[in-house]
Amino acid sequence: MIEPLMIKIANIEKSYGDLKALKGISLEVEKGELFGLIGPDGAGKTTLMRILVTLLLPDKGFASLDGLDVVADFRKIRLMVGYMPGRFSLYQDLTVEENLQFFATVFGGTVKKNYHLIKDIYSQIEPFKNRPAGKLSGGMKQKLALSCALIHAPKVLILDEPTTGVDAVSRKEFWEMLNNLRKMGITIMVSTPYMDEANLCDRVALFQNGNVLSVDTPKNITNSFSRKLLSVKIESTAQRFETVNLLKQLKGVDSVFSFGDTIHVTCGQKDMDENSIRKYLMAKGQQNVSVDEISASIEDVFMELMQKVDN
Amino acid sequence: MNQLFGFVKKEFTHIFRDPRTMVILFGIPIIQLMLFGYVITTEIKDARIAFLDHSNDNVTREIKNKLLSSGYFRLDANLIQESEIDPIFKKGDVKQVVVFERNFAQKLEREGKADIQVIADASDPNTAQMLYNYTNAIVQDYTKKKYAGFTIPVQIKSEVRMLYNENMVGAFMYVPGTMALILMLISAMMTSITIAREKEMGTMEILLVSPLKAYQIVLGKVAPYLILSIIDACIVVFLGNTVFGVPIRGSLFVLAFLVILYITMALSLGILISAVANSQQVAMFISGFALMLPTMLLSGFIFPIKNMPEVLQILSNFMPPRWFIDAIKQVMLKGNGLEYIWPNVLILSAMTTLFLVLSIRKFKLRLE
Repeated sequence: MIEPLMIKIANIEKSYGDLKALKGISLEVEKGELFGLIGPDGAGKTTLMRILVTLLLPDKGFASLDGLDVVADFRKIRLMVGYMPGRFSLYQDLTVEENLQFFATVFGGTVKKNYHLIKDIYSQIEPFKNRPAGKLSGGMKQKLALSCALIHAPKVLILDEPTTGVDAVSRKEFWEMLNNLRKMGITIMVSTPYMDEANLCDRVALFQNGNVLSVDTPKNITNSFSRKLLSVKIESTAQRFETVNLLKQLKGVDSVFSFGDTIHVTCGQKDMDENSIRKYLMAKGQQNVSVDEISASIEDVFMELMQKVDN
Repeated sequence: MNQLFGFVKKEFTHIFRDPRTMVILFGIPIIQLMLFGYVITTEIKDARIAFLDHSNDNVTREIKNKLLSSGYFRLDANLIQESEIDPIFKKGDVKQVVVFERNFAQKLEREGKADIQVIADASDPNTAQMLYNYTNAIVQDYTKKKYAGFTIPVQIKSEVRMLYNENMVGAFMYVPGTMALILMLISAMMTSITIAREKEMGTMEILLVSPLKAYQIVLGKVAPYLILSIIDACIVVFLGNTVFGVPIRGSLFVLAFLVILYITMALSLGILISAVANSQQVAMFISGFALMLPTMLLSGFIFPIKNMPEVLQILSNFMPPRWFIDAIKQVMLKGNGLEYIWPNVLILSAMTTLFLVLSIRKFKLRLE
């Protein structure tokens, strides 16, 4: 069953001087979806979000939120969208409570009226309600910012890298909150540079250099990975650079990426197997090599797609 | 309305929570007024002088006493010979040397004429000129009283009366000037900085995405500073009146009207600056250099406009403080009402409207 569209983006282009930030983006987000924009810094995620929240005008193309044009109906959109900019943008000298109250008043409401929306989130920072916002920890700042973005009961939430610079525990909590909000029926668009967070979204768009490389569910995206993926582990991290170079010289290997404490090697399904790689590395003097076939993560797909674009 | 009220409340919280802002708002006006009132004074008091008396008779002694008892001069040294004059000036303490010629009293009696030579340190020309004027006046006064019986054939006497400021008190000039400067500082600089701060901190992004209209953001920013500037104006007028004795001869109503008009002008100028400036530093720079210096130099606050080169005189017409200072002096010192200051009011109103229209047109509803 197809849900009605909440966000529609068609051929959006945007340049800053000579720099093309968005090169004809088209996306559709359904009502009640948790949609992720995944991509490195400078990919164009922030620019796209700013166009959606009416802060920037697109050079070309069309975008609408709930049927409202982001250019012509910007006043109406400002009433129904909740926005959290990439940088912490609350008043650092005002207390937690004062910030929340201010944003509630600005949107012509009260904290009480929509308290049910933020209750789960705000109750975690309520013990610190008299503390200036500037003195909160990173995770608490994000919770407050999210509360402030929610206090006017928006239909759409647009969150620009909400988990950047936040510790792992707070990141996990934050995604749980987003999940709960989605259950309440709020459409959420969230951007992140962390590939592992992509799996927490309903659907994601992979961004690179102002282009969308792929849009699908995280599962379909990882399934789309067509080649064989091998994870190579060696004992000494000091030799990693050398190992990467050795693997690159091996015939039949498509790509080699350093990936956390392992090395990911892709190749055609029948070109290579675990044993031949292990033997090759042992022969070159590497010790304690272990090679396993693994299933691809979003990041592997991302690397593959980027390589395709480059070629 | 509620939104606006919430915004104003937030602004006041920012102001009251920041000690630096509080110092700028209430410390600087008082300090500046005191500085201009007391330190930068053009009046002469206890200037050090030296005498070189070649005659040392009863007349010269009387004249010397007159000079020293006037309150303007203090004796630094009694010199014995001409060669001492140069070194004593070079030391720098002595600003003027009065030389009496030989046989002063005798000559005065026989020939009806004796010479006093006044040598002044003109490295500070204004002071030198003033010291000479005072000396001359005291000597004239002495001769007139001593030889009251004598009739001089033809005589034109000019009786001088300094209207509106009989004692030539400097504060009469500095208090209105300081007020113009302080109100400009607080209104224009503070508003431009506070709007620039929202941009710098990224909070402007959220304010823009909110349903707040441009006029609500601007009004919310301006209202607290309007109130605080009015309080400052009251402090300056009150201190000027009680501490420096600057009179308020005109109607308080006209004075208040003029002050509020000027504050509104400065506030709209501040908004205009903030529309151009994206950071607090730029806002500070523009309001500091582009507003403060012309306010001090070209408004007639310190240097009389009439003495400026023609180009600067024309330029000073575009300085709002010029019209304010002129009007406020008329109201406070001369007791003039609107029937005299209406041209100033008209010019200030026109400037205010211009700045307001420009700043509302320049105010961006988006990030670009």
